[in-house]
Amino acid sequence: MSVAPMVKAEAVHKSFGRLEVLQGIDLEVSAKEVLCMIGPSGSGKSTFLRCINHLEKIDAGRLSVDGELVGYQQRGDKLYELRDAEVCRKRSEIGMVFQHFNLFPHMTALDNLIEAPIRVKKESRTVAIDRGRKLLERVGLGEKVNAYPRQLSGGQQQRVAIARALAMEPKLMLFDEPTSALDPELVGEVLDVMRGLAEDGMTMVVVTHEMGFAREVSDSLVFMDGGVIVEAGNPRDVLTNPQHERTRSFLSKVL
Amino acid sequence: MANAVGLKPEAIKAVPVRHPGRWVAAIVVGAIAAYILYTVVTAIQNDHTAQGSGWAAVGHYLFNTLIFKGILVTLELTVLAMAVGIVLGVILAVMRLSPNPVMSWVSWLYIWFFRGTPVLVQIFFWFNLNLVLKSIDIGIPFTSFWLHANTNTLIPPFMAALLGLGFNEAAYMAEIVRAGIISVEHGQTEAAQALGMNRGLVMRRIVLPQAMRVIIPPTGNETISMLKTTSLAFTASVTELFTRQQQIATATYDVLELLIVASIWYLVMTSILTVGQYYIERHFARGSLRGMPLTPFQRFRRMLFTFHAPPPAPVELPVSIPRGH
Ligand SMILES: Nc1ncnc2c1ncn2[C@@H]1O[C@H](COP(=O)(O)OP(=O)(O)OP(=O)(O)O)[C@@H](O)[C@H]1O
Ligand SMILES: [Mg+2]
Repeated sequence: MSVAPMVKAEAVHKSFGRLEVLQGIDLEVSAKEVLCMIGPSGSGKSTFLRCINHLEKIDAGRLSVDGELVGYQQRGDKLYELRDAEVCRKRSEIGMVFQHFNLFPHMTALDNLIEAPIRVKKESRTVAIDRGRKLLERVGLGEKVNAYPRQLSGGQQQRVAIARALAMEPKLMLFDEPTSALDPELVGEVLDVMRGLAEDGMTMVVVTHEMGFAREVSDSLVFMDGGVIVEAGNPRDVLTNPQHERTRSFLSKVL
Repeated sequence: MANAVGLKPEAIKAVPVRHPGRWVAAIVVGAIAAYILYTVVTAIQNDHTAQGSGWAAVGHYLFNTLIFKGILVTLELTVLAMAVGIVLGVILAVMRLSPNPVMSWVSWLYIWFFRGTPVLVQIFFWFNLNLVLKSIDIGIPFTSFWLHANTNTLIPPFMAALLGLGFNEAAYMAEIVRAGIISVEHGQTEAAQALGMNRGLVMRRIVLPQAMRVIIPPTGNETISMLKTTSLAFTASVTELFTRQQQIATATYDVLELLIVASIWYLVMTSILTVGQYYIERHFARGSLRGMPLTPFQRFRRMLFTFHAPPPAPVELPVSIPRGH
């Protein structure tokens, strides 16, 4: 038997009221793989990402992370909803980076990093601070330990946000358009950090509009539209030789 | 413009815009105020008291021991009632926003009832509860574990006032705290949840500290208002400031003089609270880009300036550097 994929989605459906946002998503991300998702606005990319750490509940289908169902437990042929504590524990193993950073503005950069390790993983303060400093160093912000988020540029904030997610030592990282809110000259510094992560073997699902990053860094690329995966495959193939009309017209707009 | 040698041009010197209307208004308002003040001051001056003029009596009672005792009770009642109000208010606000419908419904009902009935009625209710309920019994049904207490000993006058004021305040505080909580961007909750924090942690560590900036100013208002509302405890025969001055006035007939004494002390106490509020607001403004709230002294200076010049810009937090995002 082979190792279970890090993320496995089978016919995942999700609706908001009458709006069916995800209409059957099938995909697999194996460990150490980087998967990029592209697609027009409203196609359900964020929603799918949020389903992976159970910020949204799926309505139908199966979604599992590291071999375990997201949000449920199967006993016999029955599904049982997970208790809040279980959901939190699973979320703590998945890092998420948001378009608007969402750093905690009342805490310094370092405090942002050590909050969850101390409160959620019950780590000792010294251990958490030690790792926090190293992570800030790693994303190139060693001197900004005591800066508040509002004293940092957008690019610096996003790098702190990545470090904050890494401080929980996740097995999977989710990125939701991490560079979309940044000025063009700040995009590179964030992508560099992500590239470094990919090289270190982190499993990543990245929603992005940075086609260059998708081409160079990702192992596979998925094009979503209207709540379904229209096309998936090797990033070079999909970007240079799209098989579907919808992919072609989307790429012609963004490239 | 070309400035070949790179010198800074001379600072602008211009005749400022005159505001004659402001001066006219100031004179009219000043005249009316002076007339009212004069009438009251002379009326008190002409009153005959044991100490001579009315003002002599005011000076005499200002440092009266009974008045001081009253002040102490007023402060005690204010602090305790606000403590009850804030603690219960936070609980009610969190309950109100809870996904559990029972919680949210109970909270709604509480706020509806306690905000909808006069606080005077509530104080009176607790004060007179012993008329219908001689004792209060709490225990586990079908066992012999029962606590029994006489209503009179359980709810003395001070407690009746405290319950009335505190429970009423909680309803208002709940709404203030709720407004603070929903003012915090939802992305904050999501980021915290994504890190694996549970509801309690998210609320305590992430949402409430940020909600403080919205919660503190109206809470300061509430405290100042509470300080004065404690005078209603008079109706439950609690010996706070208002009751004390009333007691002395009944004995000496120096009614107006004692009301002035009480007013002076209420003003002194509310002024101290106002100053305290500024410093608490400044504390919770940390990490924010917005200018610091002005200290009372800065405000006063600014007020003098606005009379003929634009106000100086608010003081920036020393740590904040404005950025694009
Ligand atoms: N909480 C919600 N309630 C109702 N509708 C929602 C909710 N969240 C998302 N939607 C809707 O679901 C659809 C897909 O949203 P989603 O955010 O997943 O799109 P997206 O592909 O990430 O788009 P974008 O590129 O603009 O971020 C949109 O039409 C959106 O309006
Ligand atoms: Mg999105």
